Amino acid sequence: MFASRFYNIVIPVISVILGLIAGAIIMLLFGYNPISGYAALWNGAFGDLYFTGETIVKVTPYILSGVAVAFAFRTGLFNIGVEGQVFVGWLAAVWVGVALDLPMILHLPLAILAAAVAGGLWGFVPGFLKAKFRVHEVIVSIMMNYIALYTCNAIIRSVITDNEDKTENVAESASLASEWLTQLTFSRLHYGFLIALIGAFLMWFILEKTTKGYELRSVGFNQNASKYAGMNVDRNIVLSFVISGAFAGVAGAMQGLGTFQFMSVNSGFTNIGFDGIAVALLGGNTALGSVLGAFLFGTLKVGALNMPSAGVPKELVDIVVALIIFFVASSYIIRWFLQRSKKEGK
Amino acid sequence: MKQRRFFMIFALLLTIGLVLGACGTSDDTASSNEDGGSEDQNDSSESGNEGSEESTESESNSDFSVAMVTDVGGVDDKSFNQSAWEGLQEFGSNNGLEKGQGGFDYAQSESDADYLNNLTRLVKNDFNLIFGIGYKLNDAISQVSERYPDRQFAIVDSVVEGDNVASITFKEHQGSFLVGVAAAMKTESNKVGFVGGTESDLIKKFESGFRAGVKSVNKDIEIEVQYAGGFDKADKGKLIASNMYKQGTDVIYHASGATGNGVFAQAKDIKKNDPEANVWVIGVDRDQYEEGQIGDNNVTLTSMVKRVDIAVQDLSTKSMNGNFQSGVIKYGLDDDAISVATTNEKAYTEEISNSVNEWKQKITNGDIEVPSTREELQTYLDSL
Repeated sequence: MFASRFYNIVIPVISVILGLIAGAIIMLLFGYNPISGYAALWNGAFGDLYFTGETIVKVTPYILSGVAVAFAFRTGLFNIGVEGQVFVGWLAAVWVGVALDLPMILHLPLAILAAAVAGGLWGFVPGFLKAKFRVHEVIVSIMMNYIALYTCNAIIRSVITDNEDKTENVAESASLASEWLTQLTFSRLHYGFLIALIGAFLMWFILEKTTKGYELRSVGFNQNASKYAGMNVDRNIVLSFVISGAFAGVAGAMQGLGTFQFMSVNSGFTNIGFDGIAVALLGGNTALGSVLGAFLFGTLKVGALNMPSAGVPKELVDIVVALIIFFVASSYIIRWFLQRSKKEGK
Repeated sequence: MKQRRFFMIFALLLTIGLVLGACGTSDDTASSNEDGGSEDQNDSSESGNEGSEESTESESNSDFSVAMVTDVGGVDDKSFNQSAWEGLQEFGSNNGLEKGQGGFDYAQSESDADYLNNLTRLVKNDFNLIFGIGYKLNDAISQVSERYPDRQFAIVDSVVEGDNVASITFKEHQGSFLVGVAAAMKTESNKVGFVGGTESDLIKKFESGFRAGVKSVNKDIEIEVQYAGGFDKADKGKLIASNMYKQGTDVIYHASGATGNGVFAQAKDIKKNDPEANVWVIGVDRDQYEEGQIGDNNVTLTSMVKRVDIAVQDLSTKSMNGNFQSGVIKYGLDDDAISVATTNEKAYTEEISNSVNEWKQKITNGDIEVPSTREELQTYLDSL
């Protein structure tokens, strides 16, 4: 038990280091200075309060989308539909934020709840189809992404606004933005970060501390055994997808109520959901791991914008990120090496 | 176990996708680096030619720097953003500035979320004047300009209020009207098409002008209008063009940035298989003659040239000399900031050219008011 936990921590760390080293080698090969490149990356992400704030802004939805993917995966389900669930959550939150006029203590929770419900509904469809008809959830959830994207665009265009590109800003009573955080950092830093951390805590709590969570994990380990033990596998599959979708929906709410305060017509995916898959993978499908993974991804993404100032093309950061995922994915190789060297040591 | 293996395979696919994706775009940077490189060469050759003059010049201007933030199209979109970047490069080489901090530079946005970040980063890098290229940066520019009132900003194609913001707009409807005339003269099937980026007020301006131009020549010509839903969707542009050409449309005007590259690709495919095919594309923003070259043929009939580069240079020079001017600056046919390209002499015949010039005269004289919205278009069409 200790050994497997040890490996779960060590392997992502080694993967990240290997990824960074490989990135440095690539920079060297193309004639860039890797030290100044990584220094620019660091400064771009944490150089001053503004950039630190923006990094946290970027991290916030990643935490929730990572948690969403990880949650479903612990139940043995693969939710690629996080992207779409983010969209519907974003739309629902903004819609509630724009259309209603309530005191903040009701309005803000209602907007976030609406996002969670919308995301949950969007997750319900693939979950239900999987449980009822054994339709593979990957295919359904991918399709649901496109439905979400274009439906949201259509609703923004013709229902919420009159053929505008974006909605109005959400009412102040539904906004997560904070005056003093903005004053402090000049960035778009908002309270959503706390909500993301609460989300991660909730995931841990549900899975590890409740009976239902035990059932969900059990279904993830072995469906047949769970059924034999008297659990309702189908219901657990649907439930898992709904909770996963709710997390993703709240990730969308972070964008809508915090970062942007509105929703615009999107011509493509935001990649929050897809990056969530990588975040969850890096975090070993745990709550804490997702938070750490989200931090790494957010830092890389925001810092990358600053890399051209050191002459390094920022596409290189995409390569480094890809390499990190690659090394995590090939964790069997790292594990094999570690075990082998241990044996030789003995 | 099966799930886990599946997860691994998917992760691997994701990785490959990321790597390949990164390769794709790193190509762009390679080319933009090339641009930068040749720019440097220009600089050095220039300093060789006019040594003393250059040194005094760079001394006086060494404290001025200018940068721009692209929208999602990127500086190699062969259209709008590229034109602006060319303007900045030209400005830089004329004034002995170097690419990078303290000279001239650009920041590329991968998504709408990057605008504010990129702008703020350029402010922090102490650029004096910062351009936001494209109406999509409207919100970001207005936020940043409020936060940094002592800096100068400019936005192209949109209007932002503020004492430190210049809003550069163009009378695209006039240019679109003229290429509409050209399209109407060129079409044999009496069917022409329009491909727009997103259905925004700006692109509707192009559409309205174009439709008015076509109908002014011949009321019976059918105009098919389609929007791709984005300025970076070359695949969708190709699909739309393919459908239009199949239905007999022979001239397509695109106002869709990099999406238009797909329109060109489709026209060139058709032309490649059948050199006699009667397919034409009308380019936008820059003279897109080079885009249309396929073998000995060229599918670019003409282009609605919108000299973003002139506007960018103009304002940069003013700002450098301390004459920064906030408020709305309009460029149109009169300033030659909007024009119709005549590079494809084979296709763009004398006859077309003469008639375009006639209409141009009428517009500049004020004989006709070119519609810039769909409502105005309706009134215009009713009056024909």
